[in-house]
Amino acid sequence: MNKKQALLAYVSRLGDNPLILGQRMVELVAAYPELEEELANANFALDFIGQARMFYSYAGELEGKGRSEDDFAFLRDEKEFKNFLLIEQPNGHFGDSITKLVLFESFYLLLLEALTHCSDQRVAEIASRAEKEIRYHLRHNSQWFVRLGDGTEESHERAQASLDNLWQYTGEMFAVDDIDQVFADSFGGPDLDTIHDQWIANVTKIVNEATLTMPDDGHMASGGKAGRHSEHLGHMITEMQYLQRTHPGVTW
Amino acid sequence: MLEWLAEVADPEIPVLSIADLGIIRDVSIGEAVTVSLAPTYSGCPATEFIEQSVVDALHEHGIEDVAIKRVLAPPWTTDWISDEGRDKLRKYGIAPPERGVSKRELLQGERQVACPRCDSLNTIVVSEFGSTACKAAYRCGDCLEPFEYFKCI
Repeated sequence: MNKKQALLAYVSRLGDNPLILGQRMVELVAAYPELEEELANANFALDFIGQARMFYSYAGELEGKGRSEDDFAFLRDEKEFKNFLLIEQPNGHFGDSITKLVLFESFYLLLLEALTHCSDQRVAEIASRAEKEIRYHLRHNSQWFVRLGDGTEESHERAQASLDNLWQYTGEMFAVDDIDQVFADSFGGPDLDTIHDQWIANVTKIVNEATLTMPDDGHMASGGKAGRHSEHLGHMITEMQYLQRTHPGVTW
Repeated sequence: MLEWLAEVADPEIPVLSIADLGIIRDVSIGEAVTVSLAPTYSGCPATEFIEQSVVDALHEHGIEDVAIKRVLAPPWTTDWISDEGRDKLRKYGIAPPERGVSKRELLQGERQVACPRCDSLNTIVVSEFGSTACKAAYRCGDCLEPFEYFKCI
């Protein structure tokens, strides 16, 4: 894989996580039990989709075949999405959703911080914009995580179960593949080992504060980064892409 | 031309112009007039609306060829809101964001937000999220009025 191919693959993948997560969160719009969380969720989803748009627009320019951000979102098939398995998992109950966000955003914030120092100017610029938003998200979601873990007996147990269940999807975030390696070597991209150490430290702190127990590593599921997904993604993108697939090229 | 652009209002907080907001980064005149704008939030639904408003404003003044350039660096933060903009916000009943976004502890630690009506610091957060993505809902403990706070990001 040459430098140019790696950059395109890397940038397109950077768009996949926020798009798929944003879409997942959109499923919860108008379903939250209280107004503050309803707005928080919708606003966070908007941030994610906005970030995906910036990465996809750039990917389209890098590719040079005239594909727009919408083409990346609506006209690619399941296997072309390279988001983490963690991201595509169903929303579950509120504790599941919050735990998923805390695990992912603790990683994503560190990744974005590292990307602000990479040598590709555009990626660094998008990362510096997105980093500020994710910091705000994470503060909000960590507070909820602590409130659930350190809440009632019931909320404590359910938060622990969410954490134990989602943990198996976290290993993939730090698995280095060719694309990561070329991006690190040629563009000063993030060192995922370093990020893993920082992530463990940060997550341990939040988990302890929530009076929960860090799960054992055990088996780690993987495949999302290479386009091999769980059964959940296909259903989701079928709904997301329905309009463009049924009425190709339709606009507002 | 900057004066014309200063008349373009932010669609979500119409008391602020896009000049007050600090998102006009550059205006350059070549074959077309290129206006460089910094988006506020990645997912801000007003971004495209503002861009169209800029194009419309210049069209009204007879400039046909207008191009919009989105500039991401340096990223927009609430520090870019001008002093005049902050005064306008306060008078409108929205507490302006604190300065010094680059200081990280601000985002994680406790904040003191003054009531825009009576200046009291005895205020509490009602909701971290208000009517738009960029505002939080507060209540003043002294004058008891609810108010909005423009988040410091």
